[in-house]
Amino acid sequence: MLLREGLASILDRAGHEVRDSVGDADTLLAVVRKNPPDVVITDVRMPPGHSDEGLRAAAAIRADFPAMGILVLSQYVADAYLSSLLESTSGGIGYLLKDRVGHVTEFLASLDRVADGGTVVDPEVVRQLLARRRDDGPLAALTPRELEVLALMAEGRVNSSIAEQLVVSEAAVRKHVGNIFAKLQLEEGHDRRVSAVLTYLRR
Amino acid sequence: MKSVWVALASRRYLVSSWPWRSYAYLLSSVPVGAITIAVLVAAVGVSTVLSPLIIGILMLTAFPLLGVLIGVVERWRVRLMLPGGVASPHAVMPARMSRRERLKFRRREQASVRALGYGVLLGTFVALVSAVFAGLSATVLGVTLAAPVIAEHDALAMGPWTLDSDGEGILFVVTFGPAWYAVTSYILGCLAGTEAELAKALLGPREEELQRNVAALRRSRLDLVDAFETERARIERHLHDGVQQRLVGLTMTLGLAELDLPEGEGKRLVVKAHTEAEAALADLREAVRGIHPRVLVDLGLEAAVREVADRSPLPVDVRMALPSRLPRPIEAAAYFVISEALGNVAKHASATRCEVDGWIDGDRLVVAITDNGVGGADPAAGTGLTGLVTRLDALGGTLDLSSPPGGPTRLRMECPCRLDD
Repeated sequence: MLLREGLASILDRAGHEVRDSVGDADTLLAVVRKNPPDVVITDVRMPPGHSDEGLRAAAAIRADFPAMGILVLSQYVADAYLSSLLESTSGGIGYLLKDRVGHVTEFLASLDRVADGGTVVDPEVVRQLLARRRDDGPLAALTPRELEVLALMAEGRVNSSIAEQLVVSEAAVRKHVGNIFAKLQLEEGHDRRVSAVLTYLRR
Repeated sequence: MKSVWVALASRRYLVSSWPWRSYAYLLSSVPVGAITIAVLVAAVGVSTVLSPLIIGILMLTAFPLLGVLIGVVERWRVRLMLPGGVASPHAVMPARMSRRERLKFRRREQASVRALGYGVLLGTFVALVSAVFAGLSATVLGVTLAAPVIAEHDALAMGPWTLDSDGEGILFVVTFGPAWYAVTSYILGCLAGTEAELAKALLGPREEELQRNVAALRRSRLDLVDAFETERARIERHLHDGVQQRLVGLTMTLGLAELDLPEGEGKRLVVKAHTEAEAALADLREAVRGIHPRVLVDLGLEAAVREVADRSPLPVDVRMALPSRLPRPIEAAAYFVISEALGNVAKHASATRCEVDGWIDGDRLVVAITDNGVGGADPAAGTGLTGLVTRLDALGGTLDLSSPPGGPTRLRMECPCRLDD
């Protein structure tokens, strides 16, 4: 309704084609199967149950179309929901607060990342994950600057975007990222670094 | 005096009101018993005559209702002997029942049938025994008191004695009167006491009926807790579908406007409005979390508690060993206790660590929240916890706070985690 129209007009403006716009999970599955898009944007809560239909629909779509990007929007985000979203890491996945749609440029960038098979997680969720790990393990070894970089990495940002956000050079960001991977003993890989970070944080 | 049995053991029995109460109880049982049996016999007669018609059958099924009436009268009369009265054995009926449903309910109650049985006993055996004993003693006592007057005019034969003057009459009153009064008072006191006990046994509530009332009360309190839960869910849904969506729509529109506006005062104001709308959304999310937390509903207690713990400014260790899901009202109660407790720890305890443990002990859920703060917490000061105690109480749970000065503070919640018994 209100939200779908707003979202459609934002996507239109950015030159994306809106294939279908539907109001409940069953219809969503039906139209996706009939006419597969590049990316599915879905709310977590949908009629008829108003609980977590969107998450279940995302899992069903993932099973049918492993490579399709799925962006899940929610009124409310919690890291506890991440596990069901990140179960399979083949296609792009995004999990964002609805508020983020209002920041049109960032939102469209997130959407592109999801379409390209990347992972985007809401800063609020990343904050929750970092809060949980704050006092033990290798995370304690990170400097405050490195934690900032880690949080931005977990949001799915690339080095240039992180550099812009923190107002430092891209070389400095690369150095931080290298240190983080070393301290957390993570395998470096450009595509999967968000998942790697999240997997570490959720452990 | 609480009962005739206590009175009988007392030395002052003969000068107390109890002999007269016994007389009154026994003698009043005669007309009451007679009316009862007459009504019952008449009712049986009429329904037998009418039994070929459907109305006769209906009358027979309505007999227990006569028992209800007998119970009312007899529980009132027995207060002569048992001043504390006898409680009604009938279940309390919900207010929303119609008159017809009420009559049907009463008709089917075991207590009604029992009272009917008591009515038959009263009209036959009890009234007869009362009439013989109380009637005989009352008559003899009356004649004895009147002996001087009678003996003045006529010879009066009293057992082995024959009285034929007023002097002999007076002598008889003085010697035989007190002795007769004393002996019969004790006998009638015992008899009336026994009859009252019989009435109490048949017309009072039985153990299972008391149990049933307790169970009914517990159920109605649970209904109340459930109703609150449902209402919270409704409010949350309303906020989610209404205000929150509109605010999200507003932030989108403002976001689009920002793209089109040239740099300047106008854009600055729109960006400010956007920030404020987002702050409103964040506040609303916070409020909704306090009303009906989504994670709790979707994922259960442990996930919801971890989320609250993450939000806390101090490190919180959460150790939960629970089955997948608990009944909703219990999850909600435990969640709000933990949430409130962690809020208090952060605000007042000056603690550096906090632990939340949850486990199942038999059929009870136990939750303990311990901090290493300064202690000295006053349970009366935390208004938030008082409401939670009421809520737990309805579930049959308890909340204990131990907070010696110097710490540590430990809050322990226990709650039965099965609702169906």
